[in-house]
Amino acid sequence: MGVGIAVAGLNAWYGSNHTLQDINLNIPANRATALIGPSGCGKSTFVRCINRMHETNPIARVTGTIRIGDLDIYQDATPVEIRRRVGMVFQRPNPFPTMSIYDNVAAGLKLNGYSNRRSLDDIVEKSLKNSALWDEVKDELKKKSGASLSGGQQQRLCIARALAVDPEVLLMDEPASALDPVSTSKIEDLIFQLKSQYTIVIVTHNMQQAARVAEKTGFFLNGRMVEFDSTHKIFTNPSDKRTEDYITGRFG
Amino acid sequence: MTRIRFQQSLEDLKENLLIMAGLAEQAIQRAIEAYRVRDLSICDLVTRSEVAINRMERDIDQAALDLLAMEQPMAIDLRFILSVIKINADLERVGDAAKSISDRVRLMDRMAVVDLPVDIPRMASLAADMVRKSLQSFIEADAELARGVLTLDDAVDQMNRAAFKALTKVMEEQSHLAPQALNALMICRSLERVGDHATNIAEDVVFWVQGADVRHHKSVAADAKAEAVGTAPAGAAPSQS
Amino acid sequence: MNGRGAQDKVRNEFRLRAQLRGLADRVATSLAVLSTVLVILPLVTIFTYLILKGASSLNLAFFTHVPAPVGETGGGMANAIVGSALLLAIASVIGVPVGIGGGVYLAEFGRGTKLANAIRFTADVLNGVPSIVMGIAAYALIVVPQKHFSALAGGVALGIMMIPTICRTTEEMLLMVPHAVREAALGLGVPNWRSVLSITVRTASAGVITGCMLAFARVAGETAPLIFTALGNQFWSANLNEPVAALPLQIYVYALSPYDDWHRLAWAGSLVLIFLIVLAVSLVRYVTGRGVLKGAS
Repeated sequence: MGVGIAVAGLNAWYGSNHTLQDINLNIPANRATALIGPSGCGKSTFVRCINRMHETNPIARVTGTIRIGDLDIYQDATPVEIRRRVGMVFQRPNPFPTMSIYDNVAAGLKLNGYSNRRSLDDIVEKSLKNSALWDEVKDELKKKSGASLSGGQQQRLCIARALAVDPEVLLMDEPASALDPVSTSKIEDLIFQLKSQYTIVIVTHNMQQAARVAEKTGFFLNGRMVEFDSTHKIFTNPSDKRTEDYITGRFG
Repeated sequence: MTRIRFQQSLEDLKENLLIMAGLAEQAIQRAIEAYRVRDLSICDLVTRSEVAINRMERDIDQAALDLLAMEQPMAIDLRFILSVIKINADLERVGDAAKSISDRVRLMDRMAVVDLPVDIPRMASLAADMVRKSLQSFIEADAELARGVLTLDDAVDQMNRAAFKALTKVMEEQSHLAPQALNALMICRSLERVGDHATNIAEDVVFWVQGADVRHHKSVAADAKAEAVGTAPAGAAPSQS
Repeated sequence: MNGRGAQDKVRNEFRLRAQLRGLADRVATSLAVLSTVLVILPLVTIFTYLILKGASSLNLAFFTHVPAPVGETGGGMANAIVGSALLLAIASVIGVPVGIGGGVYLAEFGRGTKLANAIRFTADVLNGVPSIVMGIAAYALIVVPQKHFSALAGGVALGIMMIPTICRTTEEMLLMVPHAVREAALGLGVPNWRSVLSITVRTASAGVITGCMLAFARVAGETAPLIFTALGNQFWSANLNEPVAALPLQIYVYALSPYDDWHRLAWAGSLVLIFLIVLAVSLVRYVTGRGVLKGAS
């Protein structure tokens, strides 16, 4: 089951660059929340704060709180612990190239010491089914490498890999931007199904996609969150003129 | 500013709608004038403009459909195009009403001129005024002006009801005047329809500019009462603002 | 109207230029092929010569007997083959872990630090140090304190020579692993050290192994470092603390000797040395290649 995410007073810096300024929002549990905004507005940085991936950059710094459920992710846990509860799917599919499909999906578990063979088989199957990839690969799980699949399949493999560790939150950073329309539709359908079990945050520069999959949408601009409301409101009658200018394309 | 071509397309759409609006408004004015002076040549003008209005209705709908399909409009642009489509339909009906009135004038030409207890010119001027104001609110994207139009409909409706009463009385008591009375009744009904269409146009302007759905505002109270009594159909929806 | 004429002129000019380009293309291709031939020619020549001179001296005795005493015919280089294997084993045990470890540090944990820069610089310098100097260094550090020559000293000398190559190749290969792969591992909640070992190194493993093989092949043929360390041995020896025979050493000694018999053995030894190196590399490739999956990059 998913949990809600509460963000309060979040500020982020990359060196001296004040990338995120005073972000406050509540991301609802078991829903999909979309984050839109122009390039460089900070939405990707924001999402990477939620699983503390921005810390992999040595010049990154953060103040403020993010609570996932009851847990303050900066005070009460280490980055590694957080990342086991918050999964991430990246913009370009990045399966482990030297591993088979099976090993890719099981990677998160195996690398964390989990080794029960039968359970692994079950988990791999369940994850692949949850990411709508099982039928296409079930006969070649251990023979084919992760990198030999098509782009859309690779991305679904990455989703399966993220789901296998049973996170509560799934972060998706423009998951379909490198994919063709058919694969994109499959991923969107997937998000729809996954919502009931996970809290999903999806960064997208495709507004139609945000409109299709998310209940709530947040608009980021220059490191600030300008508006955060139901998707319906944002796309039919936004409150802030900047939001309207962006979504109608009058921007810039 | 980006999406220049799209902005231009929206401007073009607005302009074409206004041209059509002009034709519809002119048709009503002419129909009323034809009634006033009983001039059949003006009726011909009205009939001809009907063709143009119908053609423009098709063209505008097509242009709006293209914009929806090709440009993925959002928020205010989406509301604008939706309003254009609806206003388009209402303007075409206004054109139909004008034609209907001019057809009545043709029929009445063979009849004697008689005095009837209805002030058609006044009703006509009220209706025409509503049309003009609603189109003005569209040109200027003025939601307040549009909301003002909504209140004017009551006067026209009232005049129509009074005309109905008076004219049916005439048809009952002075049956030799029935043909003229009937025609006058039909003209009053057409004018009342024009008022309704002007109201619709005003409601669509409010929707476009403010994102508020102010339709069927009159029926809210009636629906509530009927629901309480248990006679309203279940699907009657109150207006949302 | 001169339009038509002008068009023809332009067309002719184009045709001429195209022909010139075609000619230039053929000339360049021929030069490239010639260069390739010139490069391969020495290699082929050497191999052929080795086979011609050495094959005739190959017999079972070569692989099973120790060298015959001076004056007697026959004998073989069995002890040298075993000795080389021993020395290379010691060298690998020293060179491979240290080299890979250094490469991992340089690529993953020490990026940008002064220490990493110092290590990298040192490795590059060591790479350029003449092998005989390495031998002298090992002599001074191991042979002199121990007061005797030994296989250990030889192995250490060779091992130290392997380190810079393996270190730098490992670093290069690791740096070639796309950042996205590392992010994927970190995103799964895998600790950094585990991600480096199990994901990054594993992804780069093919390249890392190639680096080790390169270093191996290079030191397998080194003679100079062994002169002052392993020294060479006429008899069977597999004792770390005793001098040991080695193929390159043996070949060197035999080649400089005045005996024809020994010259023939030297030729045979050279052929066998090259063959064994090729065999070792191929074997490693085969064994590690078996795990590669369909379509893996």
